[in-house]
Amino acid sequence: MIRMLAIILGFQLVGEVASRALGLPLPGPVLGLVLLALACILRPALAEAIRPTASGLLSHLSLFFVPAGVGIVAHWDLLRVQGLGLAVAIMGSTALALAAGAWAFSVVARLTGTEDRQALKDQGRE
Amino acid sequence: MSDPVLIWSYLAQGPLLWLTATLLAYLAGDALSKATGRQSWANPVLIAVILLALLLMATGTDYATYFEGAQFVHFMLGPATVALALPLYDNLPRLRPAALPMLAGLVAGSGVAVVSALLIARAFGIDGTVLASLAPKSTTAPVAIGIAEKLGGQPTLTAALVLLTGIFGAIIVTPLLNAMRIRDWRARGLAVGVAAHGIGTARAFQVNATAGAFSGIGMGLNAVLTAVIAPLALRLLGG
Repeated sequence: MIRMLAIILGFQLVGEVASRALGLPLPGPVLGLVLLALACILRPALAEAIRPTASGLLSHLSLFFVPAGVGIVAHWDLLRVQGLGLAVAIMGSTALALAAGAWAFSVVARLTGTEDRQALKDQGRE
Repeated sequence: MSDPVLIWSYLAQGPLLWLTATLLAYLAGDALSKATGRQSWANPVLIAVILLALLLMATGTDYATYFEGAQFVHFMLGPATVALALPLYDNLPRLRPAALPMLAGLVAGSGVAVVSALLIARAFGIDGTVLASLAPKSTTAPVAIGIAEKLGGQPTLTAALVLLTGIFGAIIVTPLLNAMRIRDWRARGLAVGVAAHGIGTARAFQVNATAGAFSGIGMGLNAVLTAVIAPLALRLLGG
């Protein structure tokens, strides 16, 4: 467990250093993600070794957003100033982006014949 | 017996109290989310944030004091992001044939997120610093803050807008895409990762592992694309 955590932190550290040293637009942890995925491709045994720790972290991904989320309250006055416009902008654009992204994916999957029967919701229920 | 005021002043100084409170608030939020059968409106982040906000107000604690304890939880965002490599690795066979649909979903979702947010905000008379802080709101927080700073936005405001976007996206993704009859888990996951970053990805993992993997990919790719799109869109629409 500690060894696996050290490995994961190590990839984050390398990602962080590389991102800063090379001035990349990607943040350190995202670069660490890419590097760890590459390492797993080269050594599949690594994927199995980190699986319990990685799955444990991911099953509580929501938890890690809570402290930053409480920060919304700290900036409440700032948000209230232009509250209505910001609320409509966030809700409207998030709904539109979700719809556009999912729709574009589905349409292109159909056009290119790359639909995946295994990846359908409510498979076999209809 | 010791004076309760002394005990409180001891607790208020160290990280123990607010670290514990953060974990308990999350457990309460997660239990409530489970009790509703993972209904999307019962978002565990939203519930925990509301509980903690009420507690901070009731005890007159400021955010800086709270964060001293909660920073240990906050720190785990980094390793958890790295851990997204595992579902990415597991879904590699699914990835290659989906390259074109993914590209389409990414460009459409990312572009619409930035442009529509700027257009709507401008219609409400929002401009300058606040508009620049809003532009990257669909990307993961560290990237969004970096982009906003370059555009002349305000980092703390950006962080709050990013979090609100994530919570809102995680809440509406299921009913919205059900109404649109989008059944492909890959499309659903990618869209929520692009539009609602890590909080959307956390929601995707609650529902389906494939959706979670594609959501993580959407989040990562959108971080790069928004860094390119946001400055262009702000220049064109910032007026």
